Amino acid sequence: MDSETKPTFSKSTGLPRKRFYRARAHSNPLSDSHFPIPISPLHVDFSLHFPKFVEANSKISKKIEFADIGCGFGGLLISLATLFPDTLMIGMELRDKVTEYVKERILALRRTSSGDQYENISVVRTNSMKYIPNYFEKGQLSKMFFLFPDPHFKEKNHRRRVISTHLLDEYAYVLRAGGIVYTITDVEELGEWMRSCLEKHPMFESLTQEELDSDPVVELLCNATEEGQKVARNGGQTFRAVFRRIAYVS
Amino acid sequence: MEESHIEEGESQNKFEVAPALISVHPSQKSVAVTVGSDLRVFDLIESCAVNLVDESDGPFRKDSIRAIRYGASGKLFVSAGDDKLVKIWSAESWRCLYTVCSEKRVSAVAISSDDSHVCYADKFGVVWVVELDGINEGEVLPSKKGAPLLSHYCSIITSLEFSPDGRYILSADRDFKIRVTVFPKKPLEGAHEIQSFCLGHTEFITCIAFVWNPELTQGYLMSGSGDSTVRLWDITSGSLLDTCEITTLTGHSESNESEPPAQVTVTDICTISNSSLAAVAIQSFQGTLLLSCDLLAHTLSITKVIKIPGESFIPTSISVSTSTRLLWMVSGASNLPGSNHPGFSRVRAISLVETEPSSILEDEQIPGGSKLLEQLQGKVAIEESVMSAAAEAVREAMSSLLMKKQYSEEKREFRKRTRNDKKTTQ
Ligand SMILES: C[S@@+](CC[C@H](N)C(=O)[O-])C[C@H]1O[C@@H](n2cnc3c(N)ncnc32)[C@H](O)[C@@H]1O
Repeated sequence: MDSETKPTFSKSTGLPRKRFYRARAHSNPLSDSHFPIPISPLHVDFSLHFPKFVEANSKISKKIEFADIGCGFGGLLISLATLFPDTLMIGMELRDKVTEYVKERILALRRTSSGDQYENISVVRTNSMKYIPNYFEKGQLSKMFFLFPDPHFKEKNHRRRVISTHLLDEYAYVLRAGGIVYTITDVEELGEWMRSCLEKHPMFESLTQEELDSDPVVELLCNATEEGQKVARNGGQTFRAVFRRIAYVS
Repeated sequence: MEESHIEEGESQNKFEVAPALISVHPSQKSVAVTVGSDLRVFDLIESCAVNLVDESDGPFRKDSIRAIRYGASGKLFVSAGDDKLVKIWSAESWRCLYTVCSEKRVSAVAISSDDSHVCYADKFGVVWVVELDGINEGEVLPSKKGAPLLSHYCSIITSLEFSPDGRYILSADRDFKIRVTVFPKKPLEGAHEIQSFCLGHTEFITCIAFVWNPELTQGYLMSGSGDSTVRLWDITSGSLLDTCEITTLTGHSESNESEPPAQVTVTDICTISNSSLAAVAIQSFQGTLLLSCDLLAHTLSITKVIKIPGESFIPTSISVSTSTRLLWMVSGASNLPGSNHPGFSRVRAISLVETEPSSILEDEQIPGGSKLLEQLQGKVAIEESVMSAAAEAVREAMSSLLMKKQYSEEKREFRKRTRNDKKTTQ
C-alpha cells in the first residue's frame, strides 16, 4: 500500500490520520454482530496477523499472551510492542472504523520502523463481551487490559460494563494462574465498581504496592492510550485496579 | 440487535407459539405434557389424571411453559417458562413445594442429581440457582428467590444439564456455545470456575444430553443444533470427538420416500441410560432417529430412522423412561396463529427395547390407553391439518427466536436510528 496516494495517511509521518476513522463515541456491546466470529480458537488464522512469526508448517510459533480489551486507537499495544518484543498481543475492538484505523496504524509502523518492530501486535474487530472464548484457550493469556472502558452510568446499563462478576469468570478462564488484569478509568464510580468486582471474585487478588511499583506496565496505564492522554491533558484523576488471577478450586 | 430483540420479546410476543413438551418419570410412574400454560400429568401407576395442588401464595399468571423435567431420583418435577415462575413440584403428591420468582422469562431448567438444587436460565442468559431445604410435603413454603450462578453474556440459554456425576453444570446457547462450569460447593456464591467451552457448532444449539453408563466416570455429551448436526464432546477438555450429519440419511432409511430436507434443526435429544443409544427429534421429520455412540472409538452414527406412518406427526419434544425404554413423544403447539383454540398436542410412543425391533405403539397399546391420551391431549382425535400447522408454527417460532438475523446495511442503519436506548447516549 502506498501512503503517498492515500489521503487518509499523513504525508509527514506515513501514519493513518485519525480523523478519517472517526466513529460514534460509544458502541452498544449487546447488539447483534455483523463481523465474522471464529468457531473456536483453533479456527482463527493468526498467521495473517503475525506473518513474521509464521513457521514452516504455516502456523505461528507462539500463542497470543496479552489482550487489550476495547483497545480504542491502539496506543497501549504500540507501547507494549517494543517493551515485550517477543510476546504476541492483540487488541479487541468493537467499532469497525476504529479497528480499521488500528490495523492501518500497525501496518504503517511495521513499514516505517527498522527491524521487525511491531510485528508482535495486531487487532481484531469483535465483541469481547461475547466472544473471548472463541479467540483464546483456557489459561492462554498472561495479561488482560481494560483501559478507560465505557462507563455506562445508568444502573440499568451496568450489565453492559466490561468488568462484572460474570465476565470475570470468563477472564479467569482465559488467564493462567499468575496472569494479571489491569484496569484504569477516570470515572470514580466505575473505578470503584471494577475494584469491588475484582475484590469479590474468588479467583483474583490485588497486587501489593511493591508489586505495582516493580511492574513496568503499570505506568503505561495512564499515559499510553489516547483516552489516557486526554484525561492527563485535562488534569483528570484516574482510578486503577490491578489484580492477579490466582489458582482456585471450587 | 439482540437486546432490543430480547426486550421486544418481553412485552410484545406474549402470544408467541410455544411447542408442546413432554417428560416422563424416570421409572415411568407418571408422564407430563405441557401445551402453552397448561400442565397435564397422568399417573401411570393408578392410571388416572393427576390433580395438581398449588397452594403457594405467589403470583398467578398464565403464560407458556418452556421447560419441564423430572429429577433423576424421580421425586421432584420442575416447570417454568414465560410466566417468570419456576414451580418445583413433588412428583409423588403433585403439590407445588416451592415457587421461585424470576425477573425474566425462563428458558431452561435443571435439577441436581441429589435433589438439593434447581437451576434455571432466564432470557438474558443468566443462570440462577435455588437451594432446596428438603422435600417437605406438609407445609406451603414462602416463595424463594434464585441466586445468580453464571451468565452467558446476553445470549439465550436453550438447555441446562448437570453432568451425571454432579460435578459440572452445562449450559448451551444460541451463540453456538456450550459452557461447562464446575458446580461449586457453595452455589449461592456463584459458579466461577469454567472447566471448558465446547465450540464447534455453526448454528444455535437446541439440546444437550449425556451418554452415560456406570462404567464411565464422566459420560460424554451429545448436543443438537440448527446446523443439522449432533456432536459428541469430551467435556473435561471441551474437545469435539465426532460430528454426525443428520442430513446424510440415505441408506439408513427404513422407508426411503420421506427424507428430511437439506438443512434441518435438531430439536431434542434423549439418551437412553445404560446404553449408548440416543433418540433425536428433528424439525420437519415425521418420526425419530436413533443414534449410536461408540464410547471407545468416540464416534457417533445413525443406526435407525424410525418414520411414523400415516398422520403427520413431527415430535416437538421427546422423553424416555430409564426403566421401560419407552420413548414418549409429543407433537403440538399453543397460540397457533389464526386459531382460537388454546393449543393442540398429540402423544405417541415407540418401544426401544434392544432385543426387539422398535415398534410404534398404537393408541390403545400406550400405557394408560385412551384415558391417558384424553388427559394429555385434551381430545383423542386431532385433524391432520392442525397437526401440520402446529409443526410449521413451531418451526417458525424457533428460528425467529434463535437464528441470527441478517439485516441489510440500510435496514441496520434504520434500526440503529430508531433505537430508543441510543437516543440518550448520543
Ligand atoms: C473509551 S474507549 C477506550 C479506548 C482505549 N482503551 C483507550 O484507553 O484509549 C473504550 C473502547 O472500548 C470499545 N468497546 C466497548 N465495548 C466493547 C466490546 N464489547 N468489545 C470490544 N470493544 C468494546 C469501544 O468501542 C471503545 O473504543
